[in-house]
Amino acid sequence: MIIGTIVNGLVIDHIPAGRGMELYNYLHLKDLDCEVALIKNATSKKYGKKDIIKINDLIVINYDILGYIDPKITIDVIENGVRVKKFHPELPETITGVIRCKNPRCITSVEQELPQVFKLTDRENCVYRCIYCDTKAEQPNT
Amino acid sequence: MKKDLIDIRDLTSTDIDDLIFLASDIIAHPDHYAHKCDGKKLATLFYEPSTRTRLSFESAMYELGGNVIGFADAKSSSVSKGETVADTARVIECFADIIAMRHPKEGAPLVAAQNVDIPVINAGDGGHNHPTQTLTDLLTISREKGRLNNMVIGCCGDLKFGRTVHSLISAMSRYENVKFVLISPDELKIPENVRTEILDHYGIEYEETRSLENAMPNLDVLYMTRVQQERFFNEADYIRLKDTYILTAEKLKSAKYDLSILHPLPRVNEISYEIDKDPRACYFRQVRNGKYIRMALILRLLGVE
Repeated sequence: MIIGTIVNGLVIDHIPAGRGMELYNYLHLKDLDCEVALIKNATSKKYGKKDIIKINDLIVINYDILGYIDPKITIDVIENGVRVKKFHPELPETITGVIRCKNPRCITSVEQELPQVFKLTDRENCVYRCIYCDTKAEQPNT
Repeated sequence: MKKDLIDIRDLTSTDIDDLIFLASDIIAHPDHYAHKCDGKKLATLFYEPSTRTRLSFESAMYELGGNVIGFADAKSSSVSKGETVADTARVIECFADIIAMRHPKEGAPLVAAQNVDIPVINAGDGGHNHPTQTLTDLLTISREKGRLNNMVIGCCGDLKFGRTVHSLISAMSRYENVKFVLISPDELKIPENVRTEILDHYGIEYEETRSLENAMPNLDVLYMTRVQQERFFNEADYIRLKDTYILTAEKLKSAKYDLSILHPLPRVNEISYEIDKDPRACYFRQVRNGKYIRMALILRLLGVE
């Protein structure tokens, strides 16, 4: 399978297999005019399978979401056909508008316009909790 | 920058020590504080019934010379018309200097605090936090024992839904050589997050048991709790568990002579009335302490010297 070479853009690599579409939606990539490729179940030496997203434009994306999905994701920044930067996203301290609190006793269950904000409470185990009710978010990378 | 009290974790150990010191000074010299809040108004926004907490806040403000406005039932406010917590708080901000809010939904006082420039005190948000109860408990333990370190605290009853227990464990975990004995039926054991993120995280020594009788001889403080009907979705579960632990004079025979028995009240039947006259029963003194610690908190949050 051949996907065109990126001249100026981003490659989001090592996305856990099956999570690419979720990330595509979180990043609102359907709203872009540039070429975007979502590759599912690509072969990975490290993980067996992985998803990849290629964006043929140097857009600004929310790296917090990538960190939340999996800090092992790799981001390649391509300029003039050359990779100028490669890095992993950090585990964000807070994440907004990505996860919904499932606690029926939480204020967000009745006031649904409130921002859904989760904070990192246990970095070692990637535990996020709702800032309103402390309910634990489901583990993102499982 | 304005200060709020939403979660007991908002306070440092120094803050807590300062509030206990100030509350003790208020107890010793009430006249000195009688006009500290002249011209100030406390708004008590109680979206669910809680007579004692609301009256404690109101008494605290009156004894500081201030006034009180508010509502004791969501039905009598614009909430019944569908107003959001944020909007209600913004409106009340125009009338009051400080807000005390109780709400059945967890996190509502935080939403209020995020939307106003006056201090907000969480007076209980569902089964989540009740930091002024915890301050009350800490003041009571401090006054009864003369210390907040080096003790064994037994927490008995509903440790799953009992927010006062979770907050007490969180607050007392900061003090040296505090051990917990967690006494509950299996269905009401301490939640996993309290165990892992507080007790295990801070290396606090604790044991879990179903037997109040076995735990009793080692305790310096016994914190009794009620099995709260309003925290259960299933009434059959409530009925099955509500009479699990009842403290009687017989069970107290093996207790230390200087045990302190606390209870956030109201009790249903978990402490026999015969124990009320025992000098080790602190729960009515605890109620009085609640007023004094709230006076101290109001003074500190308003920045009144």
